[in-house]
Amino acid sequence: MTVKIYVPLDSGSVALGADEVATAIAATAAKRGEDVQIVRNGSFGMYWLEPMVEVETSRGRLAYGPVAVEDVDSLFDAGFLNGSDHKRYLGHTQDIPFLKAQTRLTFQRCGIIDPVSLDDYRANDGLKGLENALKMTSEDIVKAVTDSGLRGRGGAGFPTGIKWNTVRQAPGDQKYIVCNADEGDSGTFADRMIMEGEPFVLIEGMIIAGLATGATKGYVYTRSEYPDAIRIMNEAIEVARANKLLGPKVLGSDYAFDMEVRMGAGAYVCGEETSLLNSMEGKRGVVRAKPPLPALEGFMARPTVVNNVISLCSVPVILEKGAEYYRDFGMGRSRGTIPIQIAGNVKHGGLYETAFGLTLGEIVDQIGGGTASGRPVKAVQVGGPLGAYFPRELFDTPFDYEAFAKADGLIGHAGVVVFDDSVDMMKQARFAMEFCAIESCGKCTPCRIGSTRGTEVVDKIARGEDPEMQKELLADLCETMKFGSLCALGGFTPYPVMSALTHFPDDFRPHALDIAAE
Amino acid sequence: MSATETTEEISVRVGTICDGLAGLEGPLLPILHEVQEEFGFIPEGALQTIAKKLNLSRAEVHGVASFYHDFREEKPGRHVIKICRAEACQSMGADDLSDHAKRKLKVDWSETTSDQNVTLEPVFCLGLCACAPAAMVDGKVIGRVSKDRLDRILSEVES
Ligand SMILES: Cc1cc2nc3c(=O)[nH]c(=O)nc-3n(C[C@H](O)[C@H](O)[C@H](O)COP(=O)(O)O)c2cc1C
Ligand code: SF4
Ligand code: FES
Repeated sequence: MTVKIYVPLDSGSVALGADEVATAIAATAAKRGEDVQIVRNGSFGMYWLEPMVEVETSRGRLAYGPVAVEDVDSLFDAGFLNGSDHKRYLGHTQDIPFLKAQTRLTFQRCGIIDPVSLDDYRANDGLKGLENALKMTSEDIVKAVTDSGLRGRGGAGFPTGIKWNTVRQAPGDQKYIVCNADEGDSGTFADRMIMEGEPFVLIEGMIIAGLATGATKGYVYTRSEYPDAIRIMNEAIEVARANKLLGPKVLGSDYAFDMEVRMGAGAYVCGEETSLLNSMEGKRGVVRAKPPLPALEGFMARPTVVNNVISLCSVPVILEKGAEYYRDFGMGRSRGTIPIQIAGNVKHGGLYETAFGLTLGEIVDQIGGGTASGRPVKAVQVGGPLGAYFPRELFDTPFDYEAFAKADGLIGHAGVVVFDDSVDMMKQARFAMEFCAIESCGKCTPCRIGSTRGTEVVDKIARGEDPEMQKELLADLCETMKFGSLCALGGFTPYPVMSALTHFPDDFRPHALDIAAE
Repeated sequence: MSATETTEEISVRVGTICDGLAGLEGPLLPILHEVQEEFGFIPEGALQTIAKKLNLSRAEVHGVASFYHDFREEKPGRHVIKICRAEACQSMGADDLSDHAKRKLKVDWSETTSDQNVTLEPVFCLGLCACAPAAMVDGKVIGRVSKDRLDRILSEVES
């Protein structure tokens, strides 16, 4: 009998050698005359165990990891095709504690299925949300999303239902759904993982958004840094078209919806929604002033929903199981689940989907297991390059939009980057300014010029040129950037800078900054 | 591409790319990507052709191409190595790794080695932040890159 073996195709796994392991397994099986079928699945997001290989046995799916090419022979010797013990044996995949403790609504099939098999997707309850939506009015779909309490997962936390309603009511015969898959924040990879591991849930979410608003065309705008995600999304779109999930008659109904993938060109600011729309139109990715809102005048000046990948991927389960089901997870005004991405200097780096409300300390110390280096945790940056650095003293902050704002931070796209005590916070503050200078779209002076001045001021502190005065100047500059910038790139850069200065004042003493040779 | 390719030859190849993509809504970025895929960079002579095909001015096309980090004005080396400079990779020693690469290759960011073999480029996050530090070599992703690993990669692309 053919034995099914799963080896992830997720680029995180591939970066750790999954392709070579898959090749080695195929070659070894052929040499030994074993009948195996290798399925390339998504990743479950436990990167310290990747490449994680699973074998389908009579006892269920059993995992081995991390598997190196050198392990393959001994795995066959040990009889892993029957699920035998081995030094890499991890037991039942679903019983691995990191996975078992999660609440996976959005990522429920990621890792389990073959990403581009629509049959697999259906067999695991895929398309149920869309089938329900097809029987509902657009008002009722919007109402379900509004009642679920879903807020945009792209950073700003804006209620998705309200945005959809604006587009639904906007006049216009052509409307668009634009999926923001630019995911530029350091420490974030949820968008990439779901596009690579379960692309049909994004397609399903976008079709539902189309039904809810009257849009018939969708675009996924993603980054050139994600070639694998682009390839898999394109493949899934073709499968969807061939199976009449996309096209003039979605699942045999009277609705038309089609979509395509667009690739960015290496500009962080193009994750900002209006800059993204300019980029899609073939212009420089400069930020547009609002109003007009993209909901009314978006892509090609037509009503457009711009939503993050995870926002759209959360919609199918809401339509499948109901607004209340989703709403019951979470705390305060942060409802549902959030895929937290744990990265950087951390023992158990990966994706952890759970209801809002865990404390930052629980995420870093318990789930993440502390640092990879074994040294003490010194700082944690949450929310990408525009997010604040948190010291240990703030580890009791609950993961919730409002609680983070109260602690002068932001959840952003829910990336958590851990640093051990070797980090130099003055250097991190300098980097935040430098990043803003490199990526500024150039439209406003505080962002364009202020960020360059910012790096110079930090350098002066480092050299001991009147450091106390320079620190005041830095705070002043941050204030100007915060209030004088059109978008959050210039407006939020003060978060990492000021949090570093406030929480780690000892690092802002004159000392040689070890800056990559420039 | 042969070094002697004339402006006219470039124009023909770019024109074909434009014709293939002109039907898209907002075709300029897809066209620039495909031109770069074809030549390895955006040849000066391509701008005029694209402008004409899309009914834009040459300056407008140049303005767009120069805005984005991806588009190159010069031919890169035979191999392109991108090293992630963003925070998660920094926390795992990306700065040291970058310095090491620059020393070994005797180049700074966005430069090409004198033998035209390797171009070193910075990148801000490859989405491999849980496998840091990360790099991309000729489009292939690599995680947990140590200095030794980088040395092996360099000797592979040099052989
Ligand atoms: C500089 C900057 C970069 C951004 N990058 C992203 C991004 O990569 N992905 C994303 O979904 N939103 C990003 N945003 C937020 C978007 O502008 C927008 O709020 C979001 O796409 C809306 O989708 P949502 O309502 O589903 O969150 C960024 C904003 C700014 C100011
Ligand atoms: S804050 Fe910076 S990135 Fe944002 S619009 Fe102004 S110049 Fe552009
Ligand atoms: S920060 Fe380097 S891959 Fe994300």
